[in-house]
Amino acid sequence: MTDRLDGPRDPRGGDAAPGGSPGEDDTGGALPDPDGAPPAGAAASTGAPSGGAAPAAGLGPSPRLAILFLLPGAVVLGAMVIYPIVYSIFRSLFDAPGDTFVGAANYTSIFSDPSTLTTIRNNLVWVVVAPALVTVIGLIFAVLTERIRWATAFKLVVFMPMAVSLMASGVIFRLVYEQAPDRGVANAVITSVQGVLGSHGGYPDARPRENEQAPVVAQKGAVVTRRTAGPGQAVLIPLVGVKPADLASASAARTVRPGPGELAGTVWVDFAQGGGGTPNQVDGAEKALAGVTVEAVRGTTVAATAVTGPDGTFRLTGLAPGDYLLRLPASNFEAAFNGVSWLGPTLITPAIIGAFIWVWAGFAMVLIAAGLSAIPRDALEAARIDGATEWQVFRKITVPLLSPVLVVVFVTMIINTLKVFDLVFVIAPGSVQPQANVIALEMWRVSFGGGGDQGLGSALAIFLLVLVLPFMIINIRRFRRENQ
Amino acid sequence: MRKSIVAVTVSGLALSLAACGGQPASPTPSSAGGTSAPAAKPLNGVTIEVAAKWTGSEQANFQQVLKAFEAKTGARVTYASTGEDTGAYLGPRIQGGNPPDIAILPQPGLVQQYAKEKALKPLTPEVQKQIDENYTPYWKELGSSGGQVYGVLVKAAHKSLIWYRDQAFQDAGTQPPTTWDELVKTAQTVADSGTPPFALCGASGWTLTDLFENVYLSSAGPEKYTKLSKHEIPWTDPSVTAALEKIGRLVGKKEFLLGGSSGALQTDFPTCVTQVYGQDKAAMVIEADFVATSAEQSGAKLGEEAKYFAFPKAGDTEPVVLGGDIAVALKDSKGAMALLEFLASKEGGEIWAKLPGYLSPNRNVSPDNYPAELTKKLAQTIISAGESVRYDMSDLAPSAFGGTEGKGEWRLLQDFVRDPSDVKAIQNKLEDEAKKAWK
Repeated sequence: MTDRLDGPRDPRGGDAAPGGSPGEDDTGGALPDPDGAPPAGAAASTGAPSGGAAPAAGLGPSPRLAILFLLPGAVVLGAMVIYPIVYSIFRSLFDAPGDTFVGAANYTSIFSDPSTLTTIRNNLVWVVVAPALVTVIGLIFAVLTERIRWATAFKLVVFMPMAVSLMASGVIFRLVYEQAPDRGVANAVITSVQGVLGSHGGYPDARPRENEQAPVVAQKGAVVTRRTAGPGQAVLIPLVGVKPADLASASAARTVRPGPGELAGTVWVDFAQGGGGTPNQVDGAEKALAGVTVEAVRGTTVAATAVTGPDGTFRLTGLAPGDYLLRLPASNFEAAFNGVSWLGPTLITPAIIGAFIWVWAGFAMVLIAAGLSAIPRDALEAARIDGATEWQVFRKITVPLLSPVLVVVFVTMIINTLKVFDLVFVIAPGSVQPQANVIALEMWRVSFGGGGDQGLGSALAIFLLVLVLPFMIINIRRFRRENQ
Repeated sequence: MRKSIVAVTVSGLALSLAACGGQPASPTPSSAGGTSAPAAKPLNGVTIEVAAKWTGSEQANFQQVLKAFEAKTGARVTYASTGEDTGAYLGPRIQGGNPPDIAILPQPGLVQQYAKEKALKPLTPEVQKQIDENYTPYWKELGSSGGQVYGVLVKAAHKSLIWYRDQAFQDAGTQPPTTWDELVKTAQTVADSGTPPFALCGASGWTLTDLFENVYLSSAGPEKYTKLSKHEIPWTDPSVTAALEKIGRLVGKKEFLLGGSSGALQTDFPTCVTQVYGQDKAAMVIEADFVATSAEQSGAKLGEEAKYFAFPKAGDTEPVVLGGDIAVALKDSKGAMALLEFLASKEGGEIWAKLPGYLSPNRNVSPDNYPAELTKKLAQTIISAGESVRYDMSDLAPSAFGGTEGKGEWRLLQDFVRDPSDVKAIQNKLEDEAKKAWK
């Protein structure tokens, strides 16, 4: 400390005099005389500008002057940081209206309320997953962009989300994660890839009527007749629930007369548009279901298979005499893959972490890239000359040399994830807010969002502070060590 | 924080502007004589800030009413939107000592809460006179706490309706039902026709509480409804079981809900209306009269494509559940009281009534003022329903239970839609939450 102050004392000597003199109007007269205690300091403050006569009396400015300079900062810090913290601690010991002292009751209720425990669990998931992912992705981007030609442009693009406010990022991702593929980009991508890989069976909504009179029932995704039938009989398989739009091009259903030795029948939509029609009967305008696979089953073996024609009829031939159940296998009703429900209760936290990474990866990348450019090239060169592979260079040289930067990024991200609020608030729909909740959000909701319990809210705030504190200390220690 | 700072600067600017304008203005009337009307305007230069949750066309309509007030009195009224969660907006502003002059609270529960916190200003005798003239005692009581009148019910919502798309019912060849069993049957028929019967607005928890309240009022009767809304009977009561089981018959069937329960729980309020009317994906949406506004925005014509039927009887009572917004004064200013008086008056009510999407609880506002046949009918049902009308139960509850996203009743009814199989477990949780909230 002292040698630093000693160094720039000469150039600052001129500054200190005019800087100190307006202060001395207030303090110079008042302070030295009534206190009388530090004459050396007084001598220094008055003596320093007058000449270099008293360098031995004390190095640097007097404590009084130091206090004077520190005061504005201390006052602001005290009013904006220290006082709120102290008041929050104080407030957290009182109940909701703030009149009754409840001791640690608010703190115990943090750990006894299941919904608050969910928030703690979610925060834990966040802290374990998000900082590591952000750091790793940032590192990958930084290392890769070092080698490419359009590095600056690429970095600019990756860094861009930082320029968007978290609230806006939340709104963007709320749309990205929409369930309906025609609205949510994430599901649009997934379903179109899925659509290329495989197609669905045709009538995902079709199902039998749910009553005792219906001749068919649903069974493990397939549709099976209640009664058996044999060759020479006609079987009616009525289904309902098909969207009118899917039937626009379908032709009218027809009944069929089985030929000798044939088991025939009709698969159709037993619902006349506009009402009317007798259930389980093929009536005038009812539409056929074409292209449905029908199996004749005896025991567990499939004896014959047929596909319905445009008029919904099918003919199963080559059957031995006997009784068969007719089955429409589940493949007829496989729903088109409708995407992942990102905003459902199970995937909500990973989905929001995805948005968080989108926002912060650029920040990590820029910091790490700066650290990367500061790595001595000769170390890398030496390793390569010694025959190390690129992966070894990366593992054994780059990462260890980068570790100070990586730790800074990692710790900053831990603090950020502990405090995460906006993304959760905006992305999670109301119905999954309880499942996505985090401490910071719970704190706000409990204090202001209808709960009106600022005692519990303050307790949560202090709890969050206690969680963040160790990482703050780690960061400060690092900075101090680096400065030395 | 930032909002309140902006508000301070805005009102500060307005005051200083008013002060600047005031001085040269005062000699003009005397010199110009009777040429300018402003001399008659009692509130020239007064700025009033009103906070309410309305957005979009509801906000635009309300601002027209405010304009009429401005024109009448010369005051300047600024509108601030509170967002969905009124408590979350007002709480910090009250704590910070900078509330808006007037807030329009969506829940009577908040009136009680703020009255207890002594954040509300009692109404002046002039405003109370308007209330006595224009409102039934039931409404006056909703705006009161501890015998003191604090609020004016300025807007009512008729919550016992189910809206349907006419084409979907025609396709299915079905008619609007009048009982719960018929509703389930209708839903089945519509589902069989290939259209999911309901677009449920599950992400907006309050729509689920509205559904529950209608079923409960109808099946358990008005007396039990009142008791449950005061938490005088527990949520584990068999009458609650019966109501939830009835709802389970609707939400428990995958094919009854557009997108299944998971899709329904991701759909928030105006979106579900769009699903029925704009996108033609579903047949019915269970919500209040204000669906009309969203339906029209989706391009549906009221009375032709967008029709409604009264909430079917799920028991002996024909349910009429009302919601409403209560205006309260948070500052004791002259302007605030004048505006409340205006809103409570027949004059203010009739200006508002001429705009679409508004239903007045003011008994002296004649139904003839409403622009749509639909609202006329609704207004008549409210006036004629008289004693058996009940106010939205969740809005009467402490807001931690009945009005907070992700908490209390909202959350648990969403859990119920997700898995309607275990009614008892949901009831126990409801009772636990209610105990905490009514503590």
